[in-house]
Amino acid sequence: MEAILAQLLNGLDKGGAYALIALGLTLVFGTLGVVNFAHGALFMLGAFCAVTFRMLITYETVVQDPTQVTAWGTPVEIRTPLAQSWFGDWGAVLIDYSVPLSILLAIPVMLLVGVAMERGIIKHFYKRPHAEQILVTFGLAIVLQEIVKSIFGPNPISQPMPMALRGAFDVGVWIGIAPDMLTYPLWRLLYFVFSIGIIGAVFAFLRFTTFGMVVRAGMADRETVGLLGINIDRRFTIMFGIAAVVAGLAGVMYTPLLPPNYHQGMDFLVLSFVVVVVGGMGSLPGAVAAGFLLGILQSFASMTEVKSIFPGIDQIIIYLIAVVILLVRPRGLMGRAGVMES
Amino acid sequence: MSLFAIPRRDLIVLALFSLVVLAMPIWLQPLGAAYPALMQKFVISAVFAIGFNILFGLTGYLSFGHAAFLGVGSYTAVWSFKLLTMDALPAMVFAVIVSGLFALIIGYLCLRRSGIYFSILTLAFAQMCYNLAYSVLTPITNGETSLQLTLSDPRVIDSALAPRGAGLPSAGLFGHAFSGLEGFYFCAVVLIIAFFVAQKIFSSPFGMMLRAIKSNQTRMNYTGFNTRPYALTAFVISGMYAGLAGALFAITDPLAGTERMQWTASGEVVLMTILGGVGTLVGPVIGAWLIEYFENIFSAFNEQILHRVFSWVPEGAQDFVVTIVSKFVGEGWQLTLGLLFMLVVIFMPGGVMEGVRRIVSLFNRPQRRDPGAMRVQPAE
Repeated sequence: MEAILAQLLNGLDKGGAYALIALGLTLVFGTLGVVNFAHGALFMLGAFCAVTFRMLITYETVVQDPTQVTAWGTPVEIRTPLAQSWFGDWGAVLIDYSVPLSILLAIPVMLLVGVAMERGIIKHFYKRPHAEQILVTFGLAIVLQEIVKSIFGPNPISQPMPMALRGAFDVGVWIGIAPDMLTYPLWRLLYFVFSIGIIGAVFAFLRFTTFGMVVRAGMADRETVGLLGINIDRRFTIMFGIAAVVAGLAGVMYTPLLPPNYHQGMDFLVLSFVVVVVGGMGSLPGAVAAGFLLGILQSFASMTEVKSIFPGIDQIIIYLIAVVILLVRPRGLMGRAGVMES
Repeated sequence: MSLFAIPRRDLIVLALFSLVVLAMPIWLQPLGAAYPALMQKFVISAVFAIGFNILFGLTGYLSFGHAAFLGVGSYTAVWSFKLLTMDALPAMVFAVIVSGLFALIIGYLCLRRSGIYFSILTLAFAQMCYNLAYSVLTPITNGETSLQLTLSDPRVIDSALAPRGAGLPSAGLFGHAFSGLEGFYFCAVVLIIAFFVAQKIFSSPFGMMLRAIKSNQTRMNYTGFNTRPYALTAFVISGMYAGLAGALFAITDPLAGTERMQWTASGEVVLMTILGGVGTLVGPVIGAWLIEYFENIFSAFNEQILHRVFSWVPEGAQDFVVTIVSKFVGEGWQLTLGLLFMLVVIFMPGGVMEGVRRIVSLFNRPQRRDPGAMRVQPAE
């Protein structure tokens, strides 16, 4: 029982990341009808927003103190981060919480990147075949990845999580099992809550605002909305920006779990595409449900009990499910009939 | 029409192609790329791209999983070296058969869907193969360390025929081990044969059928054709080409690693085909050569070479120019590749071949061209 619950929990944070990326992917597909292979790169860019933010606030001043001398005779260097010398103790707290705070940097940056990407390249590919959309965004993904590599280098840059959030959370006590039976890293729990929050925000935005209503109308029938005198293209561009922000935030918060490296976008992209397909192309709830489902299934598949029956199942489970779903029910779990179903 | 009767035009193309391939050591000399290892890569990638183009160029099905067949071919060839003999021919035959079988199974399942679903299905299968090769199948694939020859390999046929040498043997033909340019010429002959077969497929009624699938599959179905067997045949053929390319890689360097199966390798062959020109015979070959050239020559550039190249720029600006340019060569050559790829897809979806055609039509008298003819159209 505890083992099953533990695996369920283990799948949640990864499932959250899949769900957030897949949500953006399917949002872009549902609004613009574009298959965006560069979406994983946006996740990666988000992670590097966190890296940049940390670099900025830990920028140090080096002062040599001639009164003290180190063991090998050079003056002691006193390094103080600028943030600390400006804000005192608050600066130290700032640095400690750099990962969650970099959301502030990531939102405008990702919005800008998303809008620029849509206006600059993707706009010209609405009418072109899916194969060409895949190819141009694939090229774009390579370019973004290589730019990041040339700036930040090829090695992963680990991002520490805030001190206060480093411990484990005793889930067992919370749901009425004996203490210490079922603990779970706090940050991963936080990631799950965070992803639920973002998903909720996106759905609420689409459901309860006028802007969201227009976007949903545009998804259903773009031409009619256009004929009503609404500039639907501009709204769709903004939706692309929002999808980029969602992917970016998923990346920012994932940094303590996976030190950012330049190719993580590609790694997650393939999986997220599988998630989108399993959930149903163009279906937002489908993408979210499939994201969590696959994350949890993946963690179940990596249990030793399961692995001893089906060796290697943990490596292929997601793809296996995708293959079965595509062959048996091509519209996915929650896809609308007739959307991309052939 | 007999199998070897080819129209005059095709014969000329084939003759010219053979000449260009066989003369590679000569015309690559001034380009600084005439060393055997690189030329072998040129030739083998061309085989891979030609095979990929039979599927993508003719039927319009965009597969993102062809690296799996390349990897399977490599592993089969190395196992043939380890167990039977160092001769290249059996290795190639086994590799083609095994990768063909793989393609048959994967193709049968994937071709139930088309468009983007087909792409994702092939990608999923390729990733499965890659992940399995990396983890559970390590007894067969040797995982991360790559499958290689060892001194204790049985090599049944070889050891029956001749006493074992002291060191590791290298691949060869009829007991004669390849050395120097021989490996390259062997691969070149294989490429020419592969090109010839592709030429036959392109001009055959079967090829016409595949093109019809690309232009309008629904109409084909309505006229009473079952298109799936045709598409499956194309898939298997291109899988066999990939397996053959994998075997050639193993012949030139008896080593098979998982990285050959990674999806970036699948992406690279798509890139080669697009860059050269989808659906044309020569295009994929040109694309493969361009990309391999970029990879090997541009990635060798470093700051010293750049300073020499830009020595005509004034002193102050020189460092700046070199810093900028160095981002695009050496370690960063993939950035150039990505940019090039995007530019080609945006401005010239027909690739280099379309560019050539445009230039030619500039000089010829203006004639009406069908604008959609060279477009890649997904099979829907």
